[in-house]
Formats: sequence, structure tokens, C-alpha cells
Amino acid sequence: MLHEVLLIALKDLRVEWRSKVTLGQVAPMGLLVLVVFAFAFDANTRLLELGAGGLFWVAVLFGGTLLIQRAFEVETDDGNFDAFRMSTIRAPSLFLGKSLGIFIQVVLLELVLGPGIVLLYNVRIDDWLLLLAAALGGTLAFSVCGVLWGVMAAGTRVRATLLPLLLVPILAPVLLAGSRAFETAFGVRAEAGWTWASLMFVIAAVHAAVGMGTFGFLLEES
Amino acid sequence: MSPARGNKYMTASPATRVLGVVAVAAALLMALLGLIVSPADVVQGQAVRMLYLHVPSIWIAYGAFVLTAVSSALFLIRSRRREDSGRHHDRLAGAAAEVGVVFAGITLVTGMLWGRVTWGTYWQWDARLTTTVLLFVTYLGYLALRRLPADPMIRGRRSAVMALISIINVPIVHFSVDWWRTLHQKASLSVGRRPEITGEMYWTLLYSTLAVTIVASWLIVHRYRVIRLEELRDEEALNALIASRLREDE
Repeated sequence: MLHEVLLIALKDLRVEWRSKVTLGQVAPMGLLVLVVFAFAFDANTRLLELGAGGLFWVAVLFGGTLLIQRAFEVETDDGNFDAFRMSTIRAPSLFLGKSLGIFIQVVLLELVLGPGIVLLYNVRIDDWLLLLAAALGGTLAFSVCGVLWGVMAAGTRVRATLLPLLLVPILAPVLLAGSRAFETAFGVRAEAGWTWASLMFVIAAVHAAVGMGTFGFLLEES
Repeated sequence: MSPARGNKYMTASPATRVLGVVAVAAALLMALLGLIVSPADVVQGQAVRMLYLHVPSIWIAYGAFVLTAVSSALFLIRSRRREDSGRHHDRLAGAAAEVGVVFAGITLVTGMLWGRVTWGTYWQWDARLTTTVLLFVTYLGYLALRRLPADPMIRGRRSAVMALISIINVPIVHFSVDWWRTLHQKASLSVGRRPEITGEMYWTLLYSTLAVTIVASWLIVHRYRVIRLEELRDEEALNALIASRLREDE
């Protein structure tokens, strides 16, 4: 199974490496979002510092949604899911492989956005371990949820508008938990940051289990 | 004439007509009890009357979303065994979700009006309000997915999976007031706990829950039948198109 997962993830990453969409288009767009947030808050440094955690995750949501849409467009445009169904690759492996591919791309996006909020919003990091744990949990949750909803919207003519409608309400607890955990890591809020970080791992685990169990149903019709 | 007796283009049967009459009578009695018989609250004043609709509505919304999830699970199980089997589970899931969304909307509107009178503001970013609106939007997404132009079985399976995942949100909404200890008052009625309200208010609230349940059941039955008629219409339109195409070939 691990071999199949890696095969799918590497295929997706190879496609992205050749097209350079993540680093060439999505990451700069994410940085742009951080700049636009400063316009919304009238460049109030204190407000931006307080809200940096939430703004980071909203920027990840925007950029990540584009990555998920693209990850499924490249499959559905050429009818690749039919090929997967005829291959020996099992649906849970495909789900985990797509999730791993998205996870790595979102990590790349975060590696651009992270320094972005430190530099633009004047953020100081107090707890590196919590920050890394929250980023890991949040990114895992985002990836598995994204792939699960991505395949649901895949192949439809309205996928560009349907995916955010499906994805955002389900990801809301991740955004909430990620924001609170980051704010604790930044020292702007004295809260149970580790509890919030743990919640994101729980959400990731639940969606991963559901995704592995149901991806076969969804794949049949994509 | 009932659909079971041959007229497949009707949405009512004798039993549901009786249910409809009972639902209207129950709603009228609920209005009488809630607006006239039940006294005003010492703290909340007349605004307490809003709760007779607000509390049952969210209970119905929870129940409808659970029904959607159970029907969806049955649909997924049945549809795998035999083609076209279990479509009625899919219809029931859709009908329940529509009614659930309506009652979740009623909960939000009555809650905002109640909040304006009691808290002095329409909206507070407390956990329960926020998660209820998220639940509402989640099921709007579910209904959007159901509206996609696709094969009914394909659409049904996607919707069923979404319904199963979305049900995870329901307990988060209901228990969020305990988890996050926020501005929202504790649940007025709760299994295994002494109620926060007593006397006529308590009985009115219990009765309102029963009355709203009857109304919601009636709505679900009719929405189920309308969905079935829509499917029949689509199938007949498709058959007519195929027949017309075949005639052209001849």
C-alpha cells in the first residue's frame, strides 16, 4: 500500500514540478493575500500582529483550495480516474496518495507564507514546537478534507464554485483551532494552544478514516 | 387518490391528509399556548415566547440531519448490492435535509431576534451561534450537491458520503455550549438534567417540540413525494426524447 501511496503522490508532485503552479502562481497569490489583509486593517501593526495566526490560515485556505482544484482538474480533464479504476491501485491508496501530494504542496505554500507573516505583520514566535505541531496538524487536516471534498466536486461543471462551498464549513474548526494555536505560539493569546493543535490531529484522523472508507464510492463516478 | 392506489402524480394520501390537518391544529394550539397561555418570563419578558419556536426548530434540524445521514448510509449499502436499489433512501435523505435546512434557518432567525431583545444585539460570535450557522451552510452545500445535473445514482452516492461526513458537525453544534462555555445560555431542555425552566413554560416548550415534530414530518413526507415526482418527470422526458429520436431514425 505504501508503494501505491508514494506512486500517486510522486506523480502529482512531478506534474506540479513541471508546471510550477504551486511556487510560481499559488504562493505569490498567498503573499498577495497577506498584503491585501494589511489594506483591510489599515496597516494597523498591532491588529495585524494579533490576527496574524488567523490571517495565515485564511491565506492557506485560499491557496490550498486552488491547489486542490488543480489536483483534480489534471485527473478529470483527461479521464484519469477511469484509468485508476482499471488499474490495480486501491481507492484508499489513491486517497492517501492524493492527500500526501496536497500535503507537500501546502507545506511549500506555508514555507512562503510563514516568513511572510513574520516580516509583514511583525510577529514574534514564542513557542516553536507548538507552532510546528499546529502547522503539521492543520496541514494534515486540510489535505485529507480537501481531497475528500475535491473528489466530490471533481468532474462537475460548477466545481470552481462548489468546492469552496463544500470545503469551508467543514474546515472551519481547523481554521479556528489553527488560529488559536498560532496565536498562543506567537504569545498574543494565553490559551490552551496544545489542545487546539490536538483537535486538528483528531479532525485529520477522522476525515482520513472516512476518506479511506468512502473514496471508492466517490471514485466510481468521477 | 393515493399514489398507492394508482395515481402516481399526487403527493397526498388519506393518511398524510389527516397528518396535515393534525399538523395545522397542533401548530395553532402551539401558537395559543406560546403567545397567550404561557406567562412572560421574569428576566426575558415577552422574548421568552420566541424560544417555543427556537428550541424545537433546532431539535428538528438535528433530527432531520441524523435522518439524512441514516438514509444516506442505507442508500450506500443498498445501491452497491443492486443497480437502482435504495433510491427511496436517497429521496428521504434529500427531503429530510431540505426540511432540516429550513428549521436551522428558523433557529437562526428566531435566535437573532431573541438576541436583539435579550442581549441587545442580533449577533454574537459565540460558539453555538457560529457553529449553527456553519451547520446551516454545510447543508446548503449538501443541497447544492444534490442539485447538480448528473446521473441520479452518481449524485446520490456523492451526496450520501457528504451527508455522513456532515453529521460529524451536529454533535459539535449541540454540545459546543458546554465545550466552549460561552455567552449562550445553557440548553433549556436536556436528557438526564433538571430543566432550567419549569411550570407552564416547561410544558409549553415540550408541547411545542411535539407540534413542530408533526409539522416537520408532514413536510418531509410531501418533499419526499415531490422529489419522486421530479424523478418521474425527468425519466418520462428522457423516454420521450429517446422515442422521438428513434422515430426520426425510422
